[in-house]
Amino acid sequence: MAFWQSRSETTKGYATVAPPLLYAFFLLAVPLGAVLVLSFWSQEFQTIDRTFTLANYREALSDPLYRLLLWRSVKIAGATTIVTVLLAFPIAYFVSFHVPPHKKSLWIFLITIPFWTSYLIRVFLWKVILGYGGVLNSALMGLGVIDEPMTFLLYNANSVVITLAHAFAPFAILPIFVSLEKIDRSLLEASRDLGESTAMTFLRVTLPLAAPGVIAAILIVFIPTVGDYVTPRLVGGPDGTMIANMIQVQFLQLSNAPLGSALAVLAMLTVTVVALIVSLGIGRLVRAPK
Amino acid sequence: MTGPIIKLDGVHKSYGEVDVLKGIDLDIAEGEFLTLLGPSGCGKTTLLRIIAGFEEVTDGVCLISGRDMAGVPANKRPTNMVFQSYAVFPHLTVAQNVAFGLRRSKLGKAEKAAKVEEALGMVGLGGYGARAAHALSGGQRQRVALARALILEPTVLLLDEPLSALDRKLREQMQSELRRLQRQVGITFILVTHDQEEALIMSDRIAVMFGGRIAQLAPPQELYRRPRTLDVARFIGVMNVLPGEVKEKGPAGIEVRVDGLGRARIEPEQAPSGARIGTGWAGIRPETMSVLFAGEQTDRSVAEGEVAEVTYYGDMTYYDVILDGTDRPLTISMKNLIGREVLERGARTRVSWDARSIVWFGEEAV
Amino acid sequence: MRGLKLYAIGYLIFLYAPIALLPLFAFNDGTVIAFPLQGFTWKWFAGLATTPALHDAVINSLLIAVTSAILATLLGICAARANARYRFPFKTGILGFIMVPLVLPEIIVGVSLLVVIANIFSMRLSLWTVVLGHTLICMPFAIAILNSAFDNLDASLEEAAVDLGETPWNTFRLVTLPLVMPGIVSSLLISFTISLDEFIIAFFLTGAEPTMPVYIWAQLRFPQSLPIIMALGTILVALSIVLLTVAEIFRRRGLARAGVRDTGGFL
Ligand SMILES: Nc1ncnc2c1ncn2[C@@H]1O[C@H](COP(=O)(O)OP(=O)(O)OP(=O)(O)O)[C@@H](O)[C@H]1O
Ligand SMILES: [Mg+2]
Repeated sequence: MAFWQSRSETTKGYATVAPPLLYAFFLLAVPLGAVLVLSFWSQEFQTIDRTFTLANYREALSDPLYRLLLWRSVKIAGATTIVTVLLAFPIAYFVSFHVPPHKKSLWIFLITIPFWTSYLIRVFLWKVILGYGGVLNSALMGLGVIDEPMTFLLYNANSVVITLAHAFAPFAILPIFVSLEKIDRSLLEASRDLGESTAMTFLRVTLPLAAPGVIAAILIVFIPTVGDYVTPRLVGGPDGTMIANMIQVQFLQLSNAPLGSALAVLAMLTVTVVALIVSLGIGRLVRAPK
Repeated sequence: MTGPIIKLDGVHKSYGEVDVLKGIDLDIAEGEFLTLLGPSGCGKTTLLRIIAGFEEVTDGVCLISGRDMAGVPANKRPTNMVFQSYAVFPHLTVAQNVAFGLRRSKLGKAEKAAKVEEALGMVGLGGYGARAAHALSGGQRQRVALARALILEPTVLLLDEPLSALDRKLREQMQSELRRLQRQVGITFILVTHDQEEALIMSDRIAVMFGGRIAQLAPPQELYRRPRTLDVARFIGVMNVLPGEVKEKGPAGIEVRVDGLGRARIEPEQAPSGARIGTGWAGIRPETMSVLFAGEQTDRSVAEGEVAEVTYYGDMTYYDVILDGTDRPLTISMKNLIGREVLERGARTRVSWDARSIVWFGEEAV
Repeated sequence: MRGLKLYAIGYLIFLYAPIALLPLFAFNDGTVIAFPLQGFTWKWFAGLATTPALHDAVINSLLIAVTSAILATLLGICAARANARYRFPFKTGILGFIMVPLVLPEIIVGVSLLVVIANIFSMRLSLWTVVLGHTLICMPFAIAILNSAFDNLDASLEEAAVDLGETPWNTFRLVTLPLVMPGIVSSLLISFTISLDEFIIAFFLTGAEPTMPVYIWAQLRFPQSLPIIMALGTILVALSIVLLTVAEIFRRRGLARAGVRDTGGFL
């Protein structure tokens, strides 16, 4: 009893946070460290050679295939992010500013539901929708809009972007919505009162104040999509495969864990660099005085 | 005559580098209604939480009924608290809230229920037992918090700004109700407030705190009439402060000269015991001075001046008057009696005062 | 603002388009997943009942999801509690670190766990290794949900209970727990749903016993299994809507209990 009472707040705080912290340490920090270490080793068949080598990185960076995959991953993830956030902003704006308060939760709920239903099956269904004889093509041909099926829809980067934009929609909408909700409505009235038009008020007040949400949305969409595996495999075709697919191949099919690790480390580095650029760059852009 | 029910001796409290309480000595008698009064951040809540057992002293002792409370956790102390936010459990009914502390008592079910109903009746919530707590109004929550604490018959009841969240009407009503309740149950109450009026209305004694120290501990009347420091004087009501000088000193008091008011005799209890010859500060309350209307006669001291500002309050008018030969205005309050005119700004007027009401502060820095 | 509303509705159609197709193909009496539809049938649902491999996969997934949800929620309670009640050095950093799995590509989590488990400890892959991974990725979601539950809990409620004579443990049991219970339930449900649906980590970390998504993944290669998968998907969608609705109801009840205005949504 007295023991519990007399321990300082700091000790109690550490004691309480210890289980999740230790868990994250042993199952996140340690494994990531292990991947890093492994990426400097090499593997012949099943035996790991523990001498330090940069060979994996040399191979990963010099082989055009790996370079292409890495670059393509960034491009596709970037395109996905832009599309997703651009599509998401009006929705977040609509729900925050034009939906009556008691209906907001319902809208958010409606937006989140599709996200919680089997990812694999959802991605597969996009294949059904976008395919040569798919739903979209047969519908458009039935309506007489097109004469023959469109082929640029499936098995390329387009289909990956569309599918990912769908899969990550709530990840983009929610942070933007939250930051829009936080905007004190009287600020907008003040701007109008000071003579700005609706459009300028949006540009000069709403948008800058929503920036943290937009940045969060960009990061939270971009980061996982760079490493997405399922979508490129199912709808990407040869022109749509990404770095994650190669990492998986190295680990599970070619049994070259060190090279796979190096690719994983490079992917993480890329993600980190892009994330830093985005958060610093946009932050500066918004805060810069005109 | 028993000893104090609570005795604080040299209580210090610091959070890291910050000293929040800097040596509190305080004896509280059984059945007393004591108020801790002071500006925001002066350490009132901290002191209360030390007595309740939620904070430990950095130095010093806290005795309750003669027992050292060091290491005794809050749940083992004979104190109960009414929290500023009331802390009424939202997942329980009113009756369950009030019965919360009875869980470990050996009373039978029926006895408990009777006690709960009695406690609810005491705070004017008879019959509200089955209500859900989260559906109560602020004033009702306050009463539930009171009943819940009182039902345990604590040695001391601690109240942290219990009325500050209520609107004015309800607050005034609860002030008199709390006072009545305290007399009825005879439990020692320690109330924290930053509202000087509330402190004056309710307390047997008031401890005025500034910056982690008790500046003065006295019953309301004494505190108002003879504040010991300029801080206290300014915190409680309005006090005009004027520069002056002690001219003579004797066993029957001191002889001072005050700017604008001239010479006056000050009784020993109106001045610090060690008052010395030399300059210092004098104080006089607005209501002990009057504005004299044309032709009005008085045998009190009189001076002339100009009305610099008039503030009309309905029942009262406050005049700021600059006396001839001085540069700072004095505030004077006048009752608005029928037939009594309200002076205009800029008018010349005579002012009178009762020299016995002057308080001397000595050389304290302003 | 009609334009915006039309756009919103269009967007919802985009969001629901794939799911809307599910029941169409699940009840479609034809083996090809394409229009035109062939007529109504229950046979794919009946087919679900006669696929033992699927049953095993579902049972595996349920075991994993229940265990991961409980573990993630327990860990989440600790983190949310520490966040709401205590100040300590590096608090922001520590809590930020625990949330990292939220922004890490899942393939990285899967790969790195595989490295540690297989290459370093040479542990055999099993359902437990999947549980380890799923607990890790569910934990941030659990924390996000529980944070709001614990933040909304007024500290003086607990102090009041102690003041009225309860021990810290009984205070937790009688006051804290009931008040954060809605948050706990919704954390359990969300974690359960995430784990049940998670594919890539499970793909890396399952041994001989596949989880349901791993099973589905394997079946997607065989056109003749697709209608059955559509039937399975339909059931899953229905199930998650029910689960999410329950979670949402609990979340709102929690807010109502704490007397807080609803600000909408998980996360
Ligand atoms: N846990 C803490 N850590 C650091 N400083 C604290 C802590 N608790 C209180 N303080 C500081 O101690 C001082 C006194 O706080 P306290 O709450 O006792 O003031 P108070 O007189 O009750 O003020 P108020 O009228 O605003 O409630 C304040 O300056 C506050 O910032
Ligand atoms: Mg206080």
